[in-house]
Amino acid sequence: MPTRIPLLSVQSLRKSYGSLHVLDDISFTVAPGETVCLLGPSGSGKSTLLRCINWLERPDSGRILIDSQPIGVTSGGVVMNDQQLAQVRTRIGMVFQQFALWPHLTVLQNVMEAPVHVQRRPKDAVRAEAEALLQRVGLFDKRDVFPARLSGGQKQRVGIARALAMKPALMLFDEPTSALDPELVGEVLAVMRDLSSEGMTMLVVTHEMAFAREAAHRVVFMDHGVVVETGTPEAFFEAPSTERGRQFLQRFSEGRAVSAG
Amino acid sequence: MMNDFATVWSERGLLLSGLGNTVLLSVLAGLAALVLGALLSTLLMSPRQLLSLPAKALVDLARCTPFLLFAYIVYYGLPSMGLQFDAWSAGLFALTAYHAAYMAEILRAAWAAQPRAPIEAGVAFGYSGLGLFRRIVLPPLALSSAPVLGNQLIQIIKDSAFLTIITLPELTHAVSSIQSRHFIPFAAFLTAVLLYWALCLVIEAGVAAVGRLAEARR
Repeated sequence: MPTRIPLLSVQSLRKSYGSLHVLDDISFTVAPGETVCLLGPSGSGKSTLLRCINWLERPDSGRILIDSQPIGVTSGGVVMNDQQLAQVRTRIGMVFQQFALWPHLTVLQNVMEAPVHVQRRPKDAVRAEAEALLQRVGLFDKRDVFPARLSGGQKQRVGIARALAMKPALMLFDEPTSALDPELVGEVLAVMRDLSSEGMTMLVVTHEMAFAREAAHRVVFMDHGVVVETGTPEAFFEAPSTERGRQFLQRFSEGRAVSAG
Repeated sequence: MMNDFATVWSERGLLLSGLGNTVLLSVLAGLAALVLGALLSTLLMSPRQLLSLPAKALVDLARCTPFLLFAYIVYYGLPSMGLQFDAWSAGLFALTAYHAAYMAEILRAAWAAQPRAPIEAGVAFGYSGLGLFRRIVLPPLALSSAPVLGNQLIQIIKDSAFLTIITLPELTHAVSSIQSRHFIPFAAFLTAVLLYWALCLVIEAGVAAVGRLAEARR
């Protein structure tokens, strides 16, 4: 994989709020077809990093490339205007912690909305694709229902279908299961596992260690705005190479032990 | 007394044309004020103070001016500055501009109370500018603020009665003519009140219908 051109390349990304360095010189890559899980304690900057990749938050400095195409700042070094940004954002699918479905649209309309009105693809073709996507996430029978009538797990599966409908090169998941009741987490992770095994390129911020362990090709561990270590899930979970990584995993398993019993 | 209402009935042509003008005026002004107010609300919500502060000043000024005074300025004041309107255009303009300020403030308040995540999702999915506003921001706003927007439409209908003083032949103007022609103030004015009430009932039915749409999405 490392020999291929990365699909996503993040280079020396920095972001501060006042004197707080949320992201401090972050660099990493994601290869095509790779699933990378971003792990780390709350407040370590994972979500901010994800939101900087599609410029929902504006980084202070650094470069982001998708397929060698710059995001946010043109190759000439000029900050993109709203239209240019909107254009590059259509290549990046995003799944939100709070689902963020459009409440005035039905499930099917949510999935069709951006492909028809942003990408201007023909409506009939988009509808067929959207229905197929809803089949795939198991919600075809809910296509004419409004989001307010769905469970959290169903909402998030619509959120995933909505992002896939844009045919993105890269999918960003921002803690996709954190807002869900425990019994609904599984159905969302199952969809994500399928996507990963089908070769979708995914960058996932998550606290689901079991998912990271079995579905990720690589994990990136962050703390206090820096990448502390990266490696295969086997290496990270069995033998983290840093003290901070060890502490994180230890605290996490203690948390599990406490909540389990 | 019944004779008085019979007299009003005999003037039904005049009454109907007044009612027609009131409805036409209110519907046109309501729609135009909503569109204008929606655009204004984007300025009010702009993070750029260069845009939001002047918009806020304009909205405040309009909201703190009595409508009658506003109509006087448009119909009698502007011609002295070289802007000549006929009564219809002046009335429509005054109603629209004045109530656009209210519509803008209603939509701004609903917008500020709206969850930000769906709007952010719109940005992430490639919406920007007016497209973002029209497809993602405005529809839930319009649904959630429908009852308040309906009230504002009722206010527009009532304010349209002031336009009788700039000689616009709307409903109040019509019943004034009928009463001064036949000296039947009670019957004439009460008829107008009942007709205004009927208009309000129609609007309330409309608001209830929109409310049912909103309920399914909540």
